Amino acid sequence: MATTGMPAEGPRGVLRRPRSTTGLWSWITTVDHKKIGVLYGVTAFLFFLVGGTEALFIRLQLAQPNGHVLSASAYNEFFTMHGLTMVFFVVMPLSAAFFNYLIPLMIGARDVAFPRLNAFSYWAFLFAGLFIYSSFALGGAPNGGWFGYAPLSTVDPTSHNMTFYALGLIIAGLASAVSAINLAVTIINMRAPGMTLFRMPVFIWMALVVQFLLAFSLPIITVGLFEMLFDRRFGTHFFDPAAGGDPVLWQHLFWLFGHPEVYILVLPAMGIVSEILPVFARKPLFGYQFVVFSGIAIGFIGFGVWAHHMFAAGLGPVANTAFGISTMIIAVPTGVKIFNWLGTLWKGDIHFTTPMLFAVGFIAMFVIGGLSGVTHAVVPADYQQTDTYYIVAHFHYVLFGGAIFGLFGGMYYWWPKIFGRMLSERIGKIHFWAMLIGFNLTFAPMHILGLQGMPRRIQSYPSSLGLGFWNLVSTIGSFMIAVSMLIFLYNVVTSSRKAKDAVADPWDARTLEWTTSSPPPPHNFDEIPVVHSLDELWHRKYAETEGGRVVPVPAGGAGAYDGEHASGGHGIHLPSPSYYPIIAAAGLPLIGYGVIFQWWMAGVGGLVLLMGLYAWALEPSVE
Amino acid sequence: MPVGDDVGEVSGVVRGKSRMVLGLAALALVFAACAPNASQDSLKPAGPYAREIDRLFVPVFWIAAAVFFIVEGLLVFFLVKYRHRKGREGVPAQIHGNSRLEIAWTILPALILAGVAVPTVTTIFDLARKPAGDVLNVNVIGHQWWWEFDYPGTGIITANEMHIPVGRPVYVSLCAAGQGYAGQVAPNECQPGPPDGQSPATIGEDVIHSFWVPELAGKQDVVPGRTNHLVLEASQPGVYSGQCAEFCGLSHAYMRFKVIAQTPADYDAWVTAQRQDAATPTAGSAAATGMDTFLNGQCIACHAIQGPQVNGQPVGANGGPNLTHLMSRSCFAGCTFPITAENLTKWLEDPPAMKPGSWMPNYHLSQDQIAALVAYLETLK
Amino acid sequence: MAQAVVDSIEHEETSTGLPNIKLGMWIFLASECLLFGALITTYVLYRGASIKGPYPKDVFDIPYTSVSSFVLLASSLTMVLALAAIQRGDQGKLRVWLLATAMLGMTFVGGQVYEFTTFYHEGLSLSTNLFGTTFFVLTGFHGVHVTVGILMLLSLASLSFSGRLPQERSMTVELVGLYWHFVDIVWIVIFTVVYLIPTGK
Repeated sequence: MATTGMPAEGPRGVLRRPRSTTGLWSWITTVDHKKIGVLYGVTAFLFFLVGGTEALFIRLQLAQPNGHVLSASAYNEFFTMHGLTMVFFVVMPLSAAFFNYLIPLMIGARDVAFPRLNAFSYWAFLFAGLFIYSSFALGGAPNGGWFGYAPLSTVDPTSHNMTFYALGLIIAGLASAVSAINLAVTIINMRAPGMTLFRMPVFIWMALVVQFLLAFSLPIITVGLFEMLFDRRFGTHFFDPAAGGDPVLWQHLFWLFGHPEVYILVLPAMGIVSEILPVFARKPLFGYQFVVFSGIAIGFIGFGVWAHHMFAAGLGPVANTAFGISTMIIAVPTGVKIFNWLGTLWKGDIHFTTPMLFAVGFIAMFVIGGLSGVTHAVVPADYQQTDTYYIVAHFHYVLFGGAIFGLFGGMYYWWPKIFGRMLSERIGKIHFWAMLIGFNLTFAPMHILGLQGMPRRIQSYPSSLGLGFWNLVSTIGSFMIAVSMLIFLYNVVTSSRKAKDAVADPWDARTLEWTTSSPPPPHNFDEIPVVHSLDELWHRKYAETEGGRVVPVPAGGAGAYDGEHASGGHGIHLPSPSYYPIIAAAGLPLIGYGVIFQWWMAGVGGLVLLMGLYAWALEPSVE
Repeated sequence: MPVGDDVGEVSGVVRGKSRMVLGLAALALVFAACAPNASQDSLKPAGPYAREIDRLFVPVFWIAAAVFFIVEGLLVFFLVKYRHRKGREGVPAQIHGNSRLEIAWTILPALILAGVAVPTVTTIFDLARKPAGDVLNVNVIGHQWWWEFDYPGTGIITANEMHIPVGRPVYVSLCAAGQGYAGQVAPNECQPGPPDGQSPATIGEDVIHSFWVPELAGKQDVVPGRTNHLVLEASQPGVYSGQCAEFCGLSHAYMRFKVIAQTPADYDAWVTAQRQDAATPTAGSAAATGMDTFLNGQCIACHAIQGPQVNGQPVGANGGPNLTHLMSRSCFAGCTFPITAENLTKWLEDPPAMKPGSWMPNYHLSQDQIAALVAYLETLK
Repeated sequence: MAQAVVDSIEHEETSTGLPNIKLGMWIFLASECLLFGALITTYVLYRGASIKGPYPKDVFDIPYTSVSSFVLLASSLTMVLALAAIQRGDQGKLRVWLLATAMLGMTFVGGQVYEFTTFYHEGLSLSTNLFGTTFFVLTGFHGVHVTVGILMLLSLASLSFSGRLPQERSMTVELVGLYWHFVDIVWIVIFTVVYLIPTGK
């Protein structure tokens, strides 16, 4: 109620301002976008290992007909958690890791617009993940599929599985929405002098589109999740057909979010690829403006295609036609991107570094996912394909062959910038090939399995269907992917043991983040750069002669960058660390547990959240 | 197994530096049609409706395959042609783009897609049209986790196996259990819930299922509160496998069924047989004891048997499969198990042990009771 | 909300000239539009879909709700006056108008609580029928938003009383004002859709 009192203490009353810049506490209280980026990355990668392990169990279960590795209930929990984990706790935060680390560096800013809010987003995301995973120990994990179709997700209010789903995703969604506003403001408002919108790197453009997609799609699923939660917890009838409710409403709300979500997952990787290709083809991105506009177009059209997930739901021929056509339309800007990437390679001087291999792998794999996507837009064909392994193959080509390959490319590309050490190129290439082959072995056969009549989400299949061979191939492939991850981890561990060897600009790159040292100082840039063109750094290094030849600008000449002569950056005020983001975020899972188990816990959680926010509001951001 | 050899063959075909595995994806699709034993294969349409989908999918597949080879071919070609060569100095020409190319690769795909869209739209409307003329109406009810088939106007209610005559379109109306579906009342329409908003007593929850016989038609969801429709038809007599395709809980994998397409004469014979009352076993036999157990025990709380009466009332179905002609079917429990005395015995001993989450609980029947019940069930031909 | 308020004063120059915090607030409100959009859509889709009563015409007291709607609308005026006061540096008036806005908001929420209780006694609860479900959830979400606004207004008033809301920080008041006006506008839509547009049943 409105009578809640103000906390009595002054600006720095409850807790002394944290000071540590190293060690555990520095990470817990950090508001530095680079540290938060690393936190996002490490956390997402750990979730990736967990979600991957779930996938291996699924593949083991399906390796042969009538598998007995997992019980039906465990299987349902595993595939649901695999989907939830990979979408919400791996690809989204891995993209967020790159956004957080790179956006300020690439636009020439010292931090994001709201540094403490940024920390809050990370902690809320982490707690959401831990909250959902705690369900394994508290009566069973979500088991209704990652899209939690009602009424299966609402008919049994006595179990907690799908209540964890609803609450966990509400918290994760809150974290993402807050982060989206923060990053959108950062990009719009905090660009270095001269960095006009059309001098922004494509990665930044894609990041901007993604933030708006998040800001406008997350509220929709949040409403759906609340309605699901209320149906489960308070006996409302949103999705209850017996009371006149329509289960299809959930599908609309879910996919109105869920389809923009697909672009939320893949546009960051497209941005990364658009950064990597020019650097290693040593040519600017072909058709920069077209790549940017196609990204924006994808963002807009992405809101108009959601019902193509529901062609078999009985929406009628008119709706199916409309959504089939809009889905075909969205293939056009996607194709524009691919052709421009090919144009970038054309007449280039292509260096096959590990990041480049992953970027090229992205294009090759994404083309397959895109083409199978077009066959879904052919609505009658989708009547056969939907809810089969053909769909599973399709979206893994988009989200693994696409997003994950792109994100790994980004990791290899920016690793020296972030950690000051080069990853081994030799091991990196082995990793790439193992992953590419393993990936195709796993998912290409699923096209066939789906067309041969294997539905999704089945715990086993009889041997009479003749699905055993390709399932076995797929399982073998999945273990090859697992091996490729071990290779990557080996690369990370061995590189961390050697001396810091990365120079400011190891790849002879084109964008601002490479003008500062590797890793960058806390204040990013000793002096905020002034931007004169797209690919600013490249133009500082190379000039075009009258005859059109490109020649290096002489060292020390006008515009030479001096990233390695960092002079300490004294006198720059950076936001100070704070305890309150993590405290406020800690209130959220408490509220969640309270809704499930004991209302008083929700009260405590609400109090923690409120007090955290008040103390935060009263704490000056810089001391 | 011919497929094993295909892998080697593919690697011979596509020697592109690295893209061998990609080729596998496309080519394997072609070979998929040759896979042995597949009896639920959308690539083997066996009726006009499935064939219409196939006739649309196959050309689209080849267009996609062509685009695939062009794009991936260009990619590999550029990667090879423009790879960095040792000793190359300097920086390549800085080409920023080309508006004409941009327009070309915007319009060309759009034209291809427009070409695909036209037959797509006509097919959507073709498939959605209710067939005219001599049509068989079947109401299909999705239960957790088995399918019930109601032939309005005939009195036939059966489970797990749907019989249809060849050459005659079947207009399927899809209903979810638990929506007050009383059966036999109206063709083409699931019964709306009773006006007071209370569900009638049913077994299992009404959740979304999806009805799919790949060789006869595409799939269509069964949505509680809605009546969806699907048309299917078989050209040749045969047994076509089907399965629930929308995740519906614990035993989603065990919600299978068969469509048995018969010549019109065979189908009519089946109809005649199905309309008979259940046989009454000879007094004093084990089957008679079983019938006694059946009619005086828990069984009739859910299962219907047409013919015998209890307290002057017929034994109507209330959520469980109709067992009147159980032995005319070849499988039970969502077509998960063949109907044999052994399987029925095992089932009666502990249903959830055989099928995860089964709504039929373990009644802890004695071995004698089970033997008698199985003897009775075996008379339900 | 509250957390965002404080970061507001530190950024001098931005690329657009719009302060970060204000831009952030606008994006937040745009995002909120979709939240209420989805809730209102749910309500509209289920209009008249209840299988049993009570139906809207059985419980609604349009004159009563009109008055409380007017009270909420009036609070937008006092909010404007509060902002004008701090921009002039008139702390006394600022406090008066902040508290007046909060009071009007509390009157509205109080009225809503009374309305909910009345409906409950007339047999309409969250779980009675689809009308109860959609009505309480939609107006409840709005009520929570108003309550959060009241908390922020009271916090501002308290800051002003302790002398920590000087004229230079007038933007904090402006931001809370943006939020408050948004919540008012949403109510106009809800009031129209839920109360004024008649339903079949």
